Amino acid sequence: MRGSLHAEWTKLRTLASTFWLLLAAAALTVTVSAAAAAAARCPSGGCADDPAKISLTGIYLGQAVVAVLAVMAVSGEYGTGMIRVTLAATPRRLTVLAAKAAVLTCLVLVIGTVAVLASLLAGGLILPGHGLGPSHGYPAISPGDGPVLRAGFGSVLYLALIALLSLGAATALREAAAAIGAVLGLLYLFPILAFAAGDATVSRHLQQIGPMTAGLAIQATTGLNGLPISPWAGLGVLAAWAVAALLTGGLLLRQRDA
Amino acid sequence: MTAPTVTPYRSGTPAGHDSFAHLLHAEWTKFRTVRGWVIAVVVAMLVTILLGVYGGIRSQNGCVNGPCHPFIAVGPGGEAVTDAFYFVHRPLTADGSITVRVTSLTGVIETDQTPQGPARTEPGLQPWSKAGLIITAGLSQGSAYAAVMVTGSLGTRMQWNYTGDTPGLAGAVSAASPRWLRLTRAGDAITSYDSADGIRWTEIGTVSLPGLAPTVQAGMFVTSPQYTQQVNQQISGGTQSGDPTDATAAFDRVSLQGRWPASAWTGTAVSGGSNSQYPTGSEAGYRQAGGAFSVTGSGDIAPGAAGGTPINTELAGVFIGLIAVVVAGALFITAEYRRGMIRVTLAASPRRGRVLAAKAIVLAAVTFAAGLIGAAGAVWVGDRLLAGHGFAFDPATVPTEIRVIAGTAALVAVAAVFALGVGAILRHGAGAVTVVITAIILPYLLAAAFPVLPAGAADWLLRVTPAAGFAIQQAIPAYPQVAASYTPVQGYFPLAPWAGFAVLCGYAALAPVLAAFLLHRRDA
Repeated sequence: MRGSLHAEWTKLRTLASTFWLLLAAAALTVTVSAAAAAAARCPSGGCADDPAKISLTGIYLGQAVVAVLAVMAVSGEYGTGMIRVTLAATPRRLTVLAAKAAVLTCLVLVIGTVAVLASLLAGGLILPGHGLGPSHGYPAISPGDGPVLRAGFGSVLYLALIALLSLGAATALREAAAAIGAVLGLLYLFPILAFAAGDATVSRHLQQIGPMTAGLAIQATTGLNGLPISPWAGLGVLAAWAVAALLTGGLLLRQRDA
Repeated sequence: MTAPTVTPYRSGTPAGHDSFAHLLHAEWTKFRTVRGWVIAVVVAMLVTILLGVYGGIRSQNGCVNGPCHPFIAVGPGGEAVTDAFYFVHRPLTADGSITVRVTSLTGVIETDQTPQGPARTEPGLQPWSKAGLIITAGLSQGSAYAAVMVTGSLGTRMQWNYTGDTPGLAGAVSAASPRWLRLTRAGDAITSYDSADGIRWTEIGTVSLPGLAPTVQAGMFVTSPQYTQQVNQQISGGTQSGDPTDATAAFDRVSLQGRWPASAWTGTAVSGGSNSQYPTGSEAGYRQAGGAFSVTGSGDIAPGAAGGTPINTELAGVFIGLIAVVVAGALFITAEYRRGMIRVTLAASPRRGRVLAAKAIVLAAVTFAAGLIGAAGAVWVGDRLLAGHGFAFDPATVPTEIRVIAGTAALVAVAAVFALGVGAILRHGAGAVTVVITAIILPYLLAAAFPVLPAGAADWLLRVTPAAGFAIQQAIPAYPQVAASYTPVQGYFPLAPWAGFAVLCGYAALAPVLAAFLLHRRDA
């Protein structure tokens, strides 16, 4: 297993695209978060806005880059034929998948922490000037605050789970474009279908089972009662999706010829 | 001694023409023989239809006890309209005119309607509270009409057939500054005038109501739309709360010219179902004292109907179809790079720009056809199922329906070409799919479907990103003469349908042009 981990780490670290994708994930997350904070306005006070949530808007875009990184970790090998070398070197295929998952999770946790901390910092600096600060009755964005800590820590976990979900999908589908299409479809379509459902109950259920809508409930720090699903339960739903994707991917990896 | 020269073998068959038709045929063969792409396009089509069917089936749960929307009035133009007002009228059998002075317009708003406590009311007018003269083809909702009116805060207006609106004198009406109004009928033509003193008259406009019967109803009307308020909430989206209002106007100096058969004034509440709700303690009616009238009414005479579902809600499946088609579009070129097929393609047809053009044409044709079948099927099947369950869609005019269906198909085709262009630029399938999906779907998601952005940013996103193209699906236009919240969450886009679609087309055109340039410069 240690050899496998080392091999996966070497493969990932020596690809130029890994560095650029990680940089893009962090940069896009922070940029979009800061832009959302800059666009938020609550001149008269009393808006139903959630400062921590606004500060973490960038996750919506950043997760797409994380998904690409995870998909390419598997599909890239299929594209170049490298997978046959990998599996010849490590015939226990689930070990390969586990090593990939472990290395990827560590990378995403590190870059996610950086991105989330920078986003919260940007939000904490920008939002008070737009009527969404402590002087208007909103909780200050500080890492010591319980709900903010949950939102920030949860967002980092969210990104890691998205990476695992994408890894599983890519292992199952192999083709990079199809895998990324499936992952982004899974993430983005549930909220759109919930919006179009028209029926409040159906809409709520769709938000409860959608990996993004449920998972991002972790970002809420106010109005928890109005959420379709509670924060940690929501992250659990996403974790279930990730486990299901990894199991499917692992099973197919064992069954099929590479 | 020199070696004998040997002529290399040359095929006897004449060289084939490098015609564009052959190129199209080659690209079509490539597309149809890859199973995954054909599956993607078929899935896109079927899912679009199935979600339309789902929309039809779910209506069974909504309305157990009979029809949900028993009646949505349809105006002369074929669009859904609201037609509810209080009308004090007499028949007019030929040409003629009616003149009146309005000396006051007041209103009541119900501010606090709670399930527990009693409702509270306070005086107040809506900007579009209306009182004035109307000539209408009949008393049924959706009749053709022309009217001249004073409004709550938007001055004197002439309005006709629900969508027409022309401003007259500005300023509010009061006892100190009354408004004189006149409506004249000559055949199908109706002309309106206003005046501040009853001496100097200004024509506001003349409109033609084709096919107006000889006998029409003419007289004074009052109406007042619901008090709407935009409640901003994240995630759940903006919700609109409507509270009952009414308006009361005082008319006097009524004078009639032309053929008015001997008849008394009759008061009729042109019914609007849920559209005319009166605040607690007030009701529709009129009082006549000598030549003076006091008329109270609620409702609206305007385009758009409350409670109906616009046809574009049946097209939610297009988002799933869009993702499938974007994946196929990107792979159509990136798969050639990965397999090395691109070198064969470019050897066979060295003019590289033409290869890309052929690919774009084949892809656009296939995805447009799939999108058209999907969208038309969704609307057709959805409409049947909903009508069977007593639901009604907001009737849209035939051109609007064609624009929504064909526009949806064009949206799918343009997105596929966009993906092809980005794929040719990046030469990387996953990268191209991610760029196109996040560019088209993510802005729509953040601005409209799952609103996490403030309204200003949402508006901006739907103007400058490729997501502006979804405007082509907007079935009901935003009317300036109706006070409502026209936000993306409510289904209203900041750009006009074709303007928004043009933004998407701009991106989709730019990508293949840049790709063709890069294809020439780079080695394959």
